[in-house]
Amino acid sequence: MSVGSATEADDSLQPAGQEAGHGWGVDPPPLGPLAYFTCLKGIVWREILRYLHQRERFLSALVRPLVWLFIFAAGFRQTLGISIIPPYQTYILYEVFITPGLIGMIQLFNAMQSSLSMVYDRETGAMRTLLVSPFPRSYLLLSKLVAGVSVSLLQVYVYLLVAYFWEIEPPLYGYLTVLPALILSGLMLGSMALFMSSIIRQLENFAGVMNFVIFPMFFASSALYPLWRIKESSVLLYQICLINPFTHAVELIRFALYGQVDWTSLAVVLVFTAAFLGGAIYAYNPSKGLIARRGGPGGS
Amino acid sequence: MRFKVGSSSTLGVCVALMVSTPAALADTAFVTNEKDNTVSVIDTEKLEVIKTFKVGQRPRGIILSKDGKWLIICASDDNIVQIYDSRTYEFIKSLPSGPDPELLILHPSGNPLYIANEDDNLVTVVDIKQGKILTDIPVGVEPEGMGMSPDGKVLVNTSETTNMAHFISTVTNKTFDNVLVDSRPRVAIFNHSGSQLWVSSEVGGTVTVINPADRKIVGKINFKIPGITREAIQPVGVRITKDDKKAYVALGPANRVAIVNTETLKVEKYLLVGQRVWQLAFTPNDKLLFTTNGTSNDVSIIDVDRQKVIKSIRTGRYPWGVVVAPF
Repeated sequence: MSVGSATEADDSLQPAGQEAGHGWGVDPPPLGPLAYFTCLKGIVWREILRYLHQRERFLSALVRPLVWLFIFAAGFRQTLGISIIPPYQTYILYEVFITPGLIGMIQLFNAMQSSLSMVYDRETGAMRTLLVSPFPRSYLLLSKLVAGVSVSLLQVYVYLLVAYFWEIEPPLYGYLTVLPALILSGLMLGSMALFMSSIIRQLENFAGVMNFVIFPMFFASSALYPLWRIKESSVLLYQICLINPFTHAVELIRFALYGQVDWTSLAVVLVFTAAFLGGAIYAYNPSKGLIARRGGPGGS
Repeated sequence: MRFKVGSSSTLGVCVALMVSTPAALADTAFVTNEKDNTVSVIDTEKLEVIKTFKVGQRPRGIILSKDGKWLIICASDDNIVQIYDSRTYEFIKSLPSGPDPELLILHPSGNPLYIANEDDNLVTVVDIKQGKILTDIPVGVEPEGMGMSPDGKVLVNTSETTNMAHFISTVTNKTFDNVLVDSRPRVAIFNHSGSQLWVSSEVGGTVTVINPADRKIVGKINFKIPGITREAIQPVGVRITKDDKKAYVALGPANRVAIVNTETLKVEKYLLVGQRVWQLAFTPNDKLLFTTNGTSNDVSIIDVDRQKVIKSIRTGRYPWGVVVAPF
């Protein structure tokens, strides 16, 4: 994180109409919509700047799915192409099939990394700075979430651009129609990660949880193989995949890339987003939540 | 493209024109289903099967009469050629052929019809108006591919076991030259200017390009697809665009159609289609190419300009031959 960007972001958390350094006083003026917007903008911009300034993170976020695309998918190139699965209207190469799964992976990793920064902020005390803000805690959390989603959108579109030259060529309108699906899936995965970050005390624990969450979620889904293939091997695994919200995020993205809506996946993603977000807001509530029980943001 | 103009405004028509699909005019594709003894009728605008009708046993080769009114179909297991009305799909009459007719081609004048009979090593020449055999031309073992020069003077037949392209004069109905090609030649086709003859060899895995003027081989096209074994690459159907710039080659169990530059004879692109792709047919405006995928029981449709497979649609079992009518 660059110091400059953080300072800029911290300044932007000041409500509109107040000068920096005045403090909140006894009777702070009511916070208008503009103040809320400034707050959101500050948090989102801070996150994006932080992402762009961390070149390693930018590269690793891009390299990870591209390694899967260029190497893993090449090895399995001939495994598909034997059946036409909606939303595809003809036979497709494996690279085309796993692209929505890899987009989901980008968002999953990004969500985890974003909430990892919450744990980091909590450990370093940086979060306290954020939490003295007069805005409701839930709004700050939501802003943090939107910031994470914005970064993931950036990553996904860069990935799609590179993939285009690898013959992953969804229809042009698909790049637009996939946007709402990406926002929704990003919100679901982000709020899930946020909820998890509220439970985790230390940074070290978080790495372990990533392994327990990311890999099972990714592999037990339709990201790498169509569900009918999984059903052929194991009905139990198929059912696990079906209740895995990540499967539905991937399917939502898959259909949206071709201008279609998978209504079941949409409903599942909406429900899980609401549940995880509710859980995260509750968990981060200073008077009731899990953080309060552990004695504040430091978690000590 | 079929427009329901009715009471719609000029603006509506303009909008419809702007969003029209590559097949600017609706054509009709006919696909023979070898195992179902049927023909699937496909609307090339909606890209849907709109009708399936019964024909003789094991229908394979299918062409249109010159006026487009008749569908002429090889009913291989009935040992006859059948004619159906291309608009009402009603049976009109049968034409005699030798045993196991497989592929057929009309003289550019619209008559006679040349039929390759797989089982008797003959090409049968039939007058389609009178419905009688004019003559039989002896060729190699298992005749199949039938190509006609644009001027109608030369017929080329390929024999699958003899591995030859037989050059036949349509004036004398006699073979005047033979060219040895790679194993199991399946299809022969002239380009539109008549300067090249393309012969696909299914087992040899190659396409041989011959200069029809001196019958010399000018080039041989090999196909290499990463991850696909050489044995699985079995070229069969070949079609050349009207501008003679690109040739499309169906590669059988490789499940690919190769796009070949006719000048350099280099493969430019492979397109993934259904399983065991055999025969091909362009729409009259060259905008779409239909491929019959035998073992996946469907037809894939290629957008020729974009060089992309846009859809695969289910037909009957073992789709074999395909022809597109301009209506």
